[in-house]
Amino acid sequence: MATSVLEHAPAIHQEKSGLWSWITTVDHKRIGILYGTTAFIFFLIGGIEALIMRLQLMRPDNHLVSAEAFNSLFTMHGTTMIFLGVMPLSAMFFNYFIPLHIGARDVAFPRLNAFSYWVFLLGGLFINFSFLLNAAPNAGWFGYANLTERTYSPGLNTDFWVLGLQILGIASMAAAINFFVTIVNLRAPGMKMLRMPMFVWMSFITQILLLLAFPVITVALVFLMMDRHFGSHFFLPEGGGDPVLWQHLFWIFGHPEVYILILPAFGIVSEVLPVFSRKPLFGYTAMVFSGAFIAFLGFGVWSHHMFATGMGPIADSFFAISTMLIAVPTGVKIFNWLGTIWGGSLQFKTPLYFALGMVAMFIIGGLSGVMHSSPPADLQQTDSYFVVAHFHYVLFGGSIFGLTAGAYYWFPKMFGRMLNETIGKAHFWLMLIGFNLTFFPMHFLGLNGMPRRVYTYAAGSNFEFWNRIETWGALLLAFSLLLFVYNVVSTMRKPKTAPADPWKGATLEWLIPSPPQEFNFADVPPVNSSTPAWDLRRAGGGQLPEPKRVSGAGIHLPSPSIWPVVTACGVLGVIGSILFTHMKGWFVITLCGAAVLLFGIYRWAFEPPFPEEH
Amino acid sequence: MDAHAHDSQAPGAQHAHPTPGLYARIALILFVLTALEVMVFEIAGGHFITSLQSVVAPVAVLILLVLSAAKFALVAMFYMHLKQDPRLLSNLFVFPIIIAAVIIISLVVLFSYWRKVGAL
Amino acid sequence: MSHASHAMDAPHGVREGSMHDMHPTTTGIPSRKVALWTLIGSECLFFASLISTYLVYKGKSLVGPLPHTESQCMLHGQMQACEPIIEIPLVTFGTAVLLFSSFFIVLALYGAQKGRRGMLIGWLGATVVAGLFFVGMQVYEFTHFFHKGMGYSTNLFSSSFFTLTGFHGSHVTAGVIWLSTLLVLAIRGKIPPGKSLNLEIAALYWHFVDVVWIVIFPVVYLMR
Repeated sequence: MATSVLEHAPAIHQEKSGLWSWITTVDHKRIGILYGTTAFIFFLIGGIEALIMRLQLMRPDNHLVSAEAFNSLFTMHGTTMIFLGVMPLSAMFFNYFIPLHIGARDVAFPRLNAFSYWVFLLGGLFINFSFLLNAAPNAGWFGYANLTERTYSPGLNTDFWVLGLQILGIASMAAAINFFVTIVNLRAPGMKMLRMPMFVWMSFITQILLLLAFPVITVALVFLMMDRHFGSHFFLPEGGGDPVLWQHLFWIFGHPEVYILILPAFGIVSEVLPVFSRKPLFGYTAMVFSGAFIAFLGFGVWSHHMFATGMGPIADSFFAISTMLIAVPTGVKIFNWLGTIWGGSLQFKTPLYFALGMVAMFIIGGLSGVMHSSPPADLQQTDSYFVVAHFHYVLFGGSIFGLTAGAYYWFPKMFGRMLNETIGKAHFWLMLIGFNLTFFPMHFLGLNGMPRRVYTYAAGSNFEFWNRIETWGALLLAFSLLLFVYNVVSTMRKPKTAPADPWKGATLEWLIPSPPQEFNFADVPPVNSSTPAWDLRRAGGGQLPEPKRVSGAGIHLPSPSIWPVVTACGVLGVIGSILFTHMKGWFVITLCGAAVLLFGIYRWAFEPPFPEEH
Repeated sequence: MDAHAHDSQAPGAQHAHPTPGLYARIALILFVLTALEVMVFEIAGGHFITSLQSVVAPVAVLILLVLSAAKFALVAMFYMHLKQDPRLLSNLFVFPIIIAAVIIISLVVLFSYWRKVGAL
Repeated sequence: MSHASHAMDAPHGVREGSMHDMHPTTTGIPSRKVALWTLIGSECLFFASLISTYLVYKGKSLVGPLPHTESQCMLHGQMQACEPIIEIPLVTFGTAVLLFSSFFIVLALYGAQKGRRGMLIGWLGATVVAGLFFVGMQVYEFTHFFHKGMGYSTNLFSSSFFTLTGFHGSHVTAGVIWLSTLLVLAIRGKIPPGKSLNLEIAALYWHFVDVVWIVIFPVVYLMR
């Protein structure tokens, strides 16, 4: 590693602290931490929503919550976990590690990055604010028309849902442009596309999916909003509209969305398994192309969510075949992961446990998914607990286990401390057992006829036994998460003593101190393969010197800025104003929001991104 | 997608460096194509050169798609400079257009109202 | 004081465009240009969804007015015969104006890149005027339709038509605001050749908006 004149200069680059520095930060690492903290809180809220449902379903004919409240619980649980949980948790890792993985100082557009976070926060607060008005969304996370039309959903509930998702969509789109350009344009010399870490590849494909899928749901939500507020009939049969159009538009977004939810976790597993097997990833190129194929094909399977809508045998067959086909590249990945650990020198640390757990749980979820791909079988399974089992295996067993592996893997790098291994392993086992107790019996309940989204079931319906098991499982699962929280909180109290490379990692982030300095790299090391850190370690005879902290004098970093926050508030104002269309003069709110938005944009555009040079 | 030089100093053959003259010719072609589109519409509707209506009407949609695709390509390749720019930028445009076309065609087919209920 | 060595300099790759890019890029293309093309790609899906809906609902309106055929409309409280509502001449003229505006902005950009300030300001001004004309034409058309009994929620045609063309029109309006800002900067001499990238990016957006209309015009106005 080249020594630099910077190493001998006095340390003068002090990272600022204090609330204002966090509000105006444009540093991708801080924004990542903001995303992660916020997302984890929303994840816990979503978990509480789930626990309440599970407590309600523990006994037949239960009255812990009303049917109406239950509707809000499953709607908000789904919406929260997807849009406020998994996606921003993935964004935490995109933010923190994509620049580090490609050897960059930051993302392509640091202020746009901050903007994405603030819009996400405001969107999440907006949609949850509805609880305070007893108007939480209650028509399902997928908002099927015409239940969501004014006739059947007269209150503000669905408006909070529609508008909240629009706000969140803007956050996702802005971030997707940012990361896409970053990956394409800010790679260090030698970092060819086919040398990038697999996490970056999967994230790259995820950004492409975001860019192509979100516009479709934006349009669908606009149509629904127009129906609800301005008298159109896009999804209303009495005006010639077709409610099934909503389903098409929603799932054209919705199916790529599930790949958006899983690909980052796939990427994390592809990072963790090689490091903890001390073996390179098996079939790097095949992993890239299978990921790309999954994404592309993911746009051709959407109506497998609609087998029960009477599309006819030709449409059903087409989507059945495309869905079965998509199992192939997924299978390639599974086999390549197995090929990675096969013959490896396994280091049984917590990240490995969660990564292996992810693979195992995802296989189960994938199997039930392929069972859905047959329309005749799906007519039995759809709208039953069998589907609930399937998607929790892929989303929790897949995404959450994968993200947790990432959390344990990258915690030392982000926070400079090692999480406790014993508690970590306890977390894993209790979470694995709790998860399977909660969700495996749902396969049986579904095939035995228990429908989804029901707030209770009759005594004597034969559903009691498994529901009770599932609730105990959920409580065990919740307890395991408390262990994780305890682990994090107690670890954060310790001093920052983690080494730069505690796991003997393969990628660039392990070559800089833990946590990294604000400017990331003083000098980026040469990149000649997809495993630059291993290359350096090998060249150093199996050792890597602990990188020193340097002054960073003369390194230009983008200036902090308040304009992303202001602009985000403008977005909230414009979109949120639609809540008030039943009031006279509501348009004034829109105009005020637009004024703030334009003001923010102009100040942002005319602010120099870097400190002025002298 | 590795770093490559885009040489902005090449002496302008018209292909390497469009001139205002080329741009003007493109503008003229675009205008003519638009006029043709309107003409196809009017002929197909029987309001212009009525003798051609029976020939043009069945293929009017096809002709319009071809004409508009030509205009699209001209603006993209010349005004948006894609012909001279790195291939990446064309791909950033073409790939989403393909997905967009797939979606439009799929939805039209799935909702085509000449189908009998459940027969598709 | 000079910068410390940027070890991340791309070893080759002449920077295209302006000095605004402080850091060389892996592809040699300025990041903001890649970003705008990415946005354009995404917007293709946005307009595709709107166009799909328009096509799916074509011919399915329960009442008139209809674009190219006669129908029955609810007027003054009664169902009455009403004429096709699309009028070709004005919108064709607007289409031509929008097409020419793409030509104008290409000339403006040429002027900016060559340092010909008069050319830049003149043609950029012409683009803004053309854009305003197009928006004005649409506002007139919408108002005219409204007076003939077609509001936003009158039927499926009206809702899908106004949503599609309305979103296009708002994209044009945003473009006009953007270009007007650049025009003011150009007049103040703040767009020298080294900063022409700013205009290039706005021009790409403007061409995209034109290209979307190239699709909308035949699909909505010229297909029966």
